[in-house]
Amino acid sequence: MISLLDILAILGVVLLLVVLRALRREHIRVEHSVSWLAAAAALIVLSRSGALLEKAAPLIGVQEPPLVLLMLILIVFLGVFYRFSRIVSELKDMNITLTQRVAILEFHLREKNGKA
Amino acid sequence: MVDGSRTLILIPAFNEAAAIGAVVREVRQHLPGWPVLVVDDGSADGTAAEARAAGARVLSLPCHLGLGGCVQAGYKLAFELGYEEVVRIDGDGQHDPRHIPMLLETLRRSGCEMAIGVRTADGARGATLARRAGIWCFRMLLRPILGRPVTDPTSGFVAVNRRALEVFARSFPLEYPEIETLVVLQRRRFRFVEAPAPARPRLAGKSSITPLRSVYYVVHVLLGVFVNILRLDARRAARAVGEQLDDQPS
Repeated sequence: MISLLDILAILGVVLLLVVLRALRREHIRVEHSVSWLAAAAALIVLSRSGALLEKAAPLIGVQEPPLVLLMLILIVFLGVFYRFSRIVSELKDMNITLTQRVAILEFHLREKNGKA
Repeated sequence: MVDGSRTLILIPAFNEAAAIGAVVREVRQHLPGWPVLVVDDGSADGTAAEARAAGARVLSLPCHLGLGGCVQAGYKLAFELGYEEVVRIDGDGQHDPRHIPMLLETLRRSGCEMAIGVRTADGARGATLARRAGIWCFRMLLRPILGRPVTDPTSGFVAVNRRALEVFARSFPLEYPEIETLVVLQRRRFRFVEAPAPARPRLAGKSSITPLRSVYYVVHVLLGVFVNILRLDARRAARAVGEQLDDQPS
């Protein structure tokens, strides 16, 4: 029977492949793929480290070792989401500033040519 | 007659082709010689062409930014061009341009940084029940934050002087700016004044605030208000203004 750790390992491999495919097709920039690749690699390695998870489980008060990995996944992915929210916000601010600047420059150009 | 040669009439517009021409012509008819700038927020219906044909100068944004980004673009240009004041009216014809000199006079006489045209005595008459409830909530929320009552916090009919213009050119709320703007001003220890300016029915189109969007509007504005209160740069600016005032001889 397939265990929860096996499912998580498969998820890690799928995530790794999806991100590598997106990189190859230039859908994701390299600097933005690092977080996802690190998360996928951590998922694969930890899901194959049953002994490590068994040792960690009592330290954080959970009975089942796979729950340790699920908690770690949650923390890592929250971190990734937060990082990308910051990136998107910064990009939006820059985009607005650039859009306004382009419009103002075009306005000055039209004024200069007597077309505003 | 109020001198408007250093005052820019700013009209943000998004898909207002049916109304913008009449709005610009009415402003030019009542206030001949006053500079009029329409900021076209990436409209797809010929708003910019209609505004130009009516005699306005047009700042065309290459893509849709939303009301805050659109108004801020106008403020930035006005600041760069050296205008002393900007009066903002809506592009749907709700605001009567005959009230503009009165609002400007109020701004100048008061010494405040912003003057708000109050559409009705309670700021909400004629609006839907949900909208009236929303405006009432905002008024209750803003009173302790601003330290004074505000009658019509969602009015888009406002006049600002160059000090406010400088601040708004650098930092301006993006989506639903009217209420957050008051908090931005308050954090910098700027002041506002209100003057009655009854609104009219819009010439064309309908409000973008649907019942569903109004829920998002309320949540967004509440969050924006609290973020502005917490924002560090605003606190530093307020402190700096306070120190300048303290340094001035009494």
